[in-house]
Amino acid sequence: MIARLRIENLRSAHAGPFNLTLAPGECIAITGQSGSGKTLFLRMLADLDPSEGMVALDGQDRRRYPAPTWRARVTYCAAEPGWWADTIVSHFSPETSVRAAQLAPALGLDPALLKASVAQLSTGERQRFALIRGLVLKPAVLLLDEPTGSLDTGSTERVEWVLAESASSGTSIVMVTHNPAQAQRLGARQFRMQSGRLHPA
Amino acid sequence: MKPILLSTGDVLIGAVLIVADGMLSLLLGLNLHRQLSIAAIRLVVQLLIIGFVLRAVFAIASPALTLAVVLVMVAVASREVAARPEQRLRNFGNYTIGAGSVAAATALTALLALTTAIRSTPWYDPHYAIPLAGIVLGNVLNGASLALDSMLGGVARERPGIEAQLALGVPYMKAMKGLIRASIRRALLPIVNQMSAAGLVTLPGIMTGQILAGMDPMEAAKYQILLMFLLSGGSGLASVLVAYLAAWRLTDDRQRLRIDRLAG
Repeated sequence: MIARLRIENLRSAHAGPFNLTLAPGECIAITGQSGSGKTLFLRMLADLDPSEGMVALDGQDRRRYPAPTWRARVTYCAAEPGWWADTIVSHFSPETSVRAAQLAPALGLDPALLKASVAQLSTGERQRFALIRGLVLKPAVLLLDEPTGSLDTGSTERVEWVLAESASSGTSIVMVTHNPAQAQRLGARQFRMQSGRLHPA
Repeated sequence: MKPILLSTGDVLIGAVLIVADGMLSLLLGLNLHRQLSIAAIRLVVQLLIIGFVLRAVFAIASPALTLAVVLVMVAVASREVAARPEQRLRNFGNYTIGAGSVAAATALTALLALTTAIRSTPWYDPHYAIPLAGIVLGNVLNGASLALDSMLGGVARERPGIEAQLALGVPYMKAMKGLIRASIRRALLPIVNQMSAAGLVTLPGIMTGQILAGMDPMEAAKYQILLMFLLSGGSGLASVLVAYLAAWRLTDDRQRLRIDRLAG
């Protein structure tokens, strides 16, 4: 079977080399101290930071994808999501906003909040809408930087359930988390990042 | 009507007022008299030198010399544009963007005016070409430096929003659209203000000068209108160029936001 994501000798001046293979629907969890290169690794995979080496999606080299197409397929969700318009709904296209409204209740969010302005929402609500922003694209790989970092236990469970759901429909997940128990609940292969290198944990 | 020429004595009468300013500063302890006298001396020296230089350039009337003078003016203006923002693009990016946009916008606007509306003979007559290039440059400099400052200052602040869009597969130029638009808007506000307040708040400089020099006010007004159009055209062109060039310097072949190309 062709790997969903194949990473060979991926490196930059600050991290790597990384070698990793990810099956469709597989989940990988990365723990490690801050500054160890976890975020950098995700950003390199999303091609947001320059890197050398090879990454292939479903057997096709990253260099053969236009950069925006690659990022829509291998989608990065930052730990502190950025926003570029006033209301939540203006961060979605007309089609994806329908899907966003359907997804919201599963994450414990009132769909009416879509019309609210970004500034009115709590940090946790914003983080979940940022996750929805990525999910509605139906990417092949989700790169999640502490997706439950600012959530309470109830919301964390809902996020985990939604993530497990999309993994079972074939989306592979690379997740940075501070919580080893979360990695176990998602049945993830676990790694530890230490000074820019990945070690099996 | 002949312009009323000023004698040295007439200018000295004006100098009495500067001396009076200095006395006031001493009397009220404003501590401004030193700065005031230095500024007044600089004004006199700089303008007299320019007067001499222009007189010589007009007398020689060589196209090569005229071009050289204009190029020096462009170089000074580009340096100002590059130096204004707090942030610097690596590899002298501020300077190349400043020079490219200022030169292109000024050349296009001034050439258009000289070959169509003003129609001096020859079109590169230094009497017209140099002052026109100068006034266009002054405004182009303003627009370009505002646009560059706004782009380089804004990109660090708006980075999370821009990168969030990139991460979702939005093309780079589309993700930068908001910042580019805001920068061009900010660069054009001064000229919009100038145009809408012209004549009501102040008489614009060129019109004042030409009326003082004896020109009919209606003719002076027409001249000023043409100039304002030229200036807004030049500023618009320069700020659009600056905004897009800066956006282009901040990305690479994989449409990343390369904030690391900013130093300091």
